Amino acid sequence: MQTSRQPPTAPDLPDDGVAYRVTHATEYRYGAAVALSQQLLHLAPRVVPWQLCRAHRLAVGPQPALRLERQDAFGNPVTHLAFDSPHDRLTVLAETEIEVLPRFSPALLRLAGQPWEGWRAALAYRGAEPPPADQLAAAQFAFASPYVHTGPAFAAYAAPSFTPGRGLLAAARDLMGRIYREFEFDPQATTVATPAAEVLAKKRGVCQDFAHLMLACLRSLGLPARYVSGYLLTDPPPGTPRLIGADASHAWVSLYCPGLGWVDLDPTNDLIPDTRHITLAWGRDFGDVSPMRGVILGGGAHEVEVAVTVLPLAESDASGAVAGTTPGDAPHDGPGKESRGRERRQVRSGEDDSRA
Amino acid sequence: MARTLLSIYPESTGRYDEMLAAGGKVRPHWQSFFDHLDGASPEQMRHRLAFVQRRIQENGVTYNVYADPKGTDRPWELDPLPLIIPAEEWRQLSAAVAQRATLLNAVLADLYGPQDLLASGLLPPALVYGHSDYLWPCRHVGQPGDTYLHFLAVDLARSPDGRWWAIADRTQAPSGAGYALENRLIVSRVFPDLFRDLKVEHLAGFFRSLQESLAHYAPGDSQGEAPLIVLLTPGPYNETYFEHAYLARYLGFPLVEGQDLTVRGETVFLKTLTGLKRVHAILRRQDDAFCDPLELRGDSALGVPGLLQAVRAGRVLVANALGSGVVESGALLGFLPAISERLLGEPLKMPSIATWWCGEGPALEYACKHLERLVIKSAFPGRRIDPLFGADLKAAEREQVRARLQADPAAYVVQELVELSQAPTWSRIHERRLLARPVGLRVYAVATPQGYRVMPGGLARVAGGTSARVISMQRGGASKDVWVLSDEPVSTFSLLKTSIGAKDVVRGGRSLSSRVVENLFWLGRYSERCDHTSRFLRVALARLVEAGGEPSQALQSALAVGDALGLLPPREVAEAKGSFVPLAERLTRSVFDDSWATGVAANLRRLQWSATQVRERLSLDHWHAINRLSLEMQQTRETRPEPGETLAFLDQSLLALASLAGFTMDNMTRDEGWRFHVVGRRIERLHFLATAVATFLAMEGPERAQGQGGLEWLLELADSSITYRSRYLSQPELLPVLDLLVLDEDNPHSIAFQAQVVGRYLSRLQRELGQPEAAEGEGDLAFLLARLRAVDLGRFAGDVCADCIGCQACDELADLLWALAAATRELSDRLAMRYFTHVGDVSHQIVAA
Repeated sequence: MQTSRQPPTAPDLPDDGVAYRVTHATEYRYGAAVALSQQLLHLAPRVVPWQLCRAHRLAVGPQPALRLERQDAFGNPVTHLAFDSPHDRLTVLAETEIEVLPRFSPALLRLAGQPWEGWRAALAYRGAEPPPADQLAAAQFAFASPYVHTGPAFAAYAAPSFTPGRGLLAAARDLMGRIYREFEFDPQATTVATPAAEVLAKKRGVCQDFAHLMLACLRSLGLPARYVSGYLLTDPPPGTPRLIGADASHAWVSLYCPGLGWVDLDPTNDLIPDTRHITLAWGRDFGDVSPMRGVILGGGAHEVEVAVTVLPLAESDASGAVAGTTPGDAPHDGPGKESRGRERRQVRSGEDDSRA
Repeated sequence: MARTLLSIYPESTGRYDEMLAAGGKVRPHWQSFFDHLDGASPEQMRHRLAFVQRRIQENGVTYNVYADPKGTDRPWELDPLPLIIPAEEWRQLSAAVAQRATLLNAVLADLYGPQDLLASGLLPPALVYGHSDYLWPCRHVGQPGDTYLHFLAVDLARSPDGRWWAIADRTQAPSGAGYALENRLIVSRVFPDLFRDLKVEHLAGFFRSLQESLAHYAPGDSQGEAPLIVLLTPGPYNETYFEHAYLARYLGFPLVEGQDLTVRGETVFLKTLTGLKRVHAILRRQDDAFCDPLELRGDSALGVPGLLQAVRAGRVLVANALGSGVVESGALLGFLPAISERLLGEPLKMPSIATWWCGEGPALEYACKHLERLVIKSAFPGRRIDPLFGADLKAAEREQVRARLQADPAAYVVQELVELSQAPTWSRIHERRLLARPVGLRVYAVATPQGYRVMPGGLARVAGGTSARVISMQRGGASKDVWVLSDEPVSTFSLLKTSIGAKDVVRGGRSLSSRVVENLFWLGRYSERCDHTSRFLRVALARLVEAGGEPSQALQSALAVGDALGLLPPREVAEAKGSFVPLAERLTRSVFDDSWATGVAANLRRLQWSATQVRERLSLDHWHAINRLSLEMQQTRETRPEPGETLAFLDQSLLALASLAGFTMDNMTRDEGWRFHVVGRRIERLHFLATAVATFLAMEGPERAQGQGGLEWLLELADSSITYRSRYLSQPELLPVLDLLVLDEDNPHSIAFQAQVVGRYLSRLQRELGQPEAAEGEGDLAFLLARLRAVDLGRFAGDVCADCIGCQACDELADLLWALAAATRELSDRLAMRYFTHVGDVSHQIVAA
């Protein structure tokens, strides 16, 4: 299992954007033929001011009977696929070339923000008086959602960070640091369906769990925050080449700070995302933006393999990475074999948990 | 006289009385009804009550209190006296309801569109973004004609000052209109003269508007074909399933479950025997979050994956629009007056009951202060929290409730307690006395291109006691018909009596859903399985009783066949090796213990289950016979019967099963569904007989006890003893027995007869359903039947076989019969693959990161 935890060092700031080639390969192998299948994909990056998408391709096998692109209710691009002839394997390969521009400023670490209670109070409903547009936009992410329940237990966990009068951003950074320190990164501990309350009790999980937990804490205090799905550039151990397919999807949190806008926070790594984080989509929680969500008829038991590679284009051009496995390779042969660190897993109850 | 009628009718104190004005004077619109009741004789009223009850039972009007395959439906409660509303009052009421419908529809169009109501502060974001019934994926989906609510209901109550108030809105999939229709059909026959003389408004026009409106808004078909509209039900376990079936029949819409529909591309289809048929509109009775596991709740097994995308693409109309549940929230009520001014430019005509959403600071303060005279409810009906009555709470409990409100104020609303008006109901205990009961009224509206049309009538519900605050059919209330009086001639148009021209004549059931056909097939198999299991157990038990508990040779041979068929529970006690269960106990268990999967009880339960699934296709007598049989099973089981009593029960059970077979032959229309039902019966019997006879033949001569009653029980098992005796007038011998049970194609209990009938029906089905190629299964069956016909019986002549060991003739025939049994099993699977939905193979959701 790869590590998605980076040491919490102060980021050294690049002057320019960093260009990546991201490949995200998913392969389902079904025990019995699947007669009908429909899939919703959140694999294309949404348009944001700090990212420049140079190319995005999606290769799907078998040929879908229906493929259409649209935007979901949160403005994310989504691909709808339908298959209506029997198949026992489904492969989806998303390839993206994207440049991520720097957006982190060290000032963010010094900035405390306005007192958090003031922001919460500002959000309260005040009768038939038009609310400021930014408050209304933020309010979309202020409430409980299917994967993020709210309640006193989460508010209590957040309380030591959110002391009276403390700046909103400072308090949220503190909460992020506590989650980073007090929770163990453990892919075996949870599945995609693990509720945040259980994560809080077990003090273990992966990026998705930490993001959900932090959202539950913030929203239990009445503070709007959203779930961001994307990728993270990981570093191979010193002296070893970068392995293709060894990365994973990543998830973090974005908090609305009045005056500043949305500020991303990565509780898995205790840092404020910058050019190492590639944003795909955002929503209320994992359920809104899961990379691949589908309903199949038939299929029996199935196995799924997900291989993600985040490759800085500079390295790719210099052929610094493992040779012969450029992401353009056919999805049927590519990812699984090269992902040495990742053993095949039998999927429990139809869910895969290849998350970081 | 009038004094008798009113002798225990309380003069209203604090409530509005629907019938009596101040001073106990009968209101004008009630006068002629009251006079009629006053003049009616006790016998007349008794007859009327009996008529009501009989009609309810005969029509099978039920309301399931909870889902339970073993439980029984609760009959619908109907008070014969209607709630009467005069014309002028109704005009105002219906105008107000139509306005309310228009308003709620506009609110939905805004919330799933521009959300101006949030931007202008007319609605708090918590009631939309914080509401689990606000379905994000439905945003910007759009609806034809901006119509979100095609069919909605408003619950009304009348306050002591005589005004009607709205207390709740039902915008998802409102229930009760079908019951209202059924109530009308019964009550208008109880008081036919009054119904005519009072010029009561008819309901049929309203339902025709519903049909026309759905057809109007449904997407067109390029071929100009009439749109196919279906009614989507969550299934027989839903509490109002009766109504779904009833409305579907009345409106002429096929009744479907989620698994009957499939989305291909962006189009919805109904799976039928003859293939996929495009569906243009879906009137849904299923909660919206469960309608599409792809985009909405992924854990729903009831939905149609891809439905929302089909709606988005404008390929199907779903009524009401997915996501329309969000405006059922009681928290909305307080905001409606201002929203009405904004969206409609006019004041709200009908007030809502005073309701405060605790998410507003002053409301929370008020709620905490006046808790004792308020009702506390969830702001989000989806959470299904029972209302709390502040007045019932003790001081400490009130403190707890206050703490809950303060912890999450946005999740609660508080409402004023309503004093419902009271209406007269007919007493079943006191002859000729009226009782006064609190009454609530549910009215319905349908969207038409000309605006909302309100049903002139509705469903009135009365409380079980004098002071119930919650009127609920689940808590022992009753319902009433609602008579809206007209001051003009009424339209007597009826949907029930449309005259049918020669071109409208419908025969057969071409758009039978595959699910219905599959259930009919299994109903056939289970009926037959119950029959032969009972028959086997009777054979064994009778011999055990005759022998006084000492197993005879004949019994031993019968038991060997029972074991081969897997009909008997294990001989050995599972926990203690070497310890044996007495035979009588094993046999009794196979009859009554429904945890023994191959026993009579378990198969009877399956039989009843498949009958429930196709209840609308069975005659009432057929349905009753099935229910009676399982009731007798339960009752006999409870008496812990002796073997003799068990035998008597088996006799009865076989008689009842024979009558089921009779209903099949005599009462069911010969359509494809019926043919599958008969094929199911024949397949089951073929499999049973072939296995039984093969097992018998495979035994070595002495084990069969041929000379000591072995052949007698074999004849009995195949229900052919009488035929044999009438033909041969002698002790059974192997050759003639085999002829009768295996080869005689005139004996409806022979193997060749079953094979021949199955073959005939299958080729007819193939012809009619356009299946050109004969699959291997049928080919095998025909081939095996031909081989069977070629069997030379001469080889079984005389006594040679009595003591034979490993004789070739017996072995060959046994092998042939086993091959036939195997071919039968395979055929059943093939039928399922080709014609049925894969019921056991429900779609499931998968998520990958």
